[in-house]
Amino acid sequence: MSSYQLDLFSSLGINILLALSVYCPMATGQLSIGNAGFMAIGAYVSAMLTVHVHLPLFPSLIIGGIAAAIIGVLFGFPALRLKGIFLAMATLCFGEIVRNFFMNFLQPLTGGAYGFRGIGDVPISISWIWGWVALSLVFFFFLSRSRLGLALMATHDDETVSELIGINIVFLKVAAFGVGAFIAGVAGGLYAHYYLYIEPEFFNVWESIFIALYVIMGGMLTYWGPVLGASIFTLLPEFLRFLQDWRGAFFGVVIIGLMIARPSGLVTREMLRIDFWIPYRKRRKP
Amino acid sequence: MLGSTYAMIAIAFTLLLGVLNMFNFAVGEVFMLGAVFGLTFVHMGLPLSVALPLAMICTGIACLVIERFSFKPFRNAPPLVPLVSTIGFSIFFQNVAVNLWGSERSQFPQWMEPINFHIGPVLISSTQLVILGFAVCLMVALDLFIQRTRLGRGMRTVAENLETASILGVDSRLIILMTFFGSGAIAGAGGILFGLSFSIVSPFMGMDPGIKGIASMIVGGMGNVRGAIVGGMFIGIIEVLSVAYIGSSARDFAVYGLVFLALLLRPQGILGVIQPEKERI
Repeated sequence: MSSYQLDLFSSLGINILLALSVYCPMATGQLSIGNAGFMAIGAYVSAMLTVHVHLPLFPSLIIGGIAAAIIGVLFGFPALRLKGIFLAMATLCFGEIVRNFFMNFLQPLTGGAYGFRGIGDVPISISWIWGWVALSLVFFFFLSRSRLGLALMATHDDETVSELIGINIVFLKVAAFGVGAFIAGVAGGLYAHYYLYIEPEFFNVWESIFIALYVIMGGMLTYWGPVLGASIFTLLPEFLRFLQDWRGAFFGVVIIGLMIARPSGLVTREMLRIDFWIPYRKRRKP
Repeated sequence: MLGSTYAMIAIAFTLLLGVLNMFNFAVGEVFMLGAVFGLTFVHMGLPLSVALPLAMICTGIACLVIERFSFKPFRNAPPLVPLVSTIGFSIFFQNVAVNLWGSERSQFPQWMEPINFHIGPVLISSTQLVILGFAVCLMVALDLFIQRTRLGRGMRTVAENLETASILGVDSRLIILMTFFGSGAIAGAGGILFGLSFSIVSPFMGMDPGIKGIASMIVGGMGNVRGAIVGGMFIGIIEVLSVAYIGSSARDFAVYGLVFLALLLRPQGILGVIQPEKERI
């Protein structure tokens, strides 16, 4: 593989991880557009650990992810009060707070607005990234077949009813936030150690919005949706290079068109059932 | 001053959200288009008094286009769908503006001789006063329009319940289009005023005020024009005060932190009323 393809596939892997990190709270009906904040926490914490403490890569990735998860859980509790667009707004504020925090504080350790240089003691290859992707896909595969997965689905569809039938939605929602934050933190750590340079501007609102777009466009009801969404949105701009300056504008048109064609995302729950693919005649009406 | 800009964007959001329960994320970009169109018209030699209404009409039309492609097909879809679709529009507008007008910052030519007044320790130029006055007039006019006129009443009826309003003979389609147009025009006017007072016009100017406009709307209370005005002023004042007393690096930190607190402590907004949850089945 050429280094261009290698870079493309690494960023694809990181984007898939990020998309899964938004999918996780989304599975309980919470839209988060602040996940770049969790990513920033993971990236900075793990980079500080490898650069200043000289920890090996794996433990620093994990610690970065755990730091993001702790903040995610702390954030998840007050966020329980908020719903829909208010929650989205609160997560957006959270992302901006994190970004400004790394911009203005901890300057001697992280370089602040000048960017964090000097990450690079630890080599990282593309297999690290895809290893994490595979790991999280396995996690979501087993989650979706477990009772917990069913409970998540019920919470997404109707909170009041799921609470009535005895599902602990407070635990589920906060845990979903924490797990999502963990994945985002790990993805941030991988990002920092792959590109060897980070600065607070990488984790701005648009990054968060794009991550959420992967999930919504791909389909937010199954874990395959985010994977497909992230793949399309990472690879599509590369295939559109012949449009040159109009690439961004066309990208916007694609989003608008896709929403009109498939309002609930590319992958829906029905598509994962086998009988969806059997020709119409044999399919039984539910 | 900054507050009135945010207030205008917040109004543009509120008009749609409050009246139609539709969330248009692209308002920040419509705001940018307003400034860019206004600048183009001024460069074509039109006086500002003509360029301003013209640009407002253009942005109004831009909003109608958004309505046609992002909202009309999804009347019964979950609210997330048009939201994403309008994000698509904001990417689209931003890139088109970069391609057509270039990505450099430009500014409005000097349009009146600034005279500076000193009110106590505060320095105010006449330019700022005129802009502030215009913004306040626009907001008062809008508030009166919604509260007093027949069309405004129609808007509030549609906001309450679209189906009932249609049954009672309100032309809901017309009201929706009008509201979109109005929202676009207000956002465009906000863009021009912002461009005039801070003398920055660029394709990327819409993002930050757009997000702060959403924040103002939510802090002030959703779906309530007066709430949007209060929220916009609140955020503008916090921003200016934090720059003055803490330093410019703390600006966004203070703004987003306070918005976050406001959301947690008073989720319905400063002027909001708690809306009963929609009945099920």
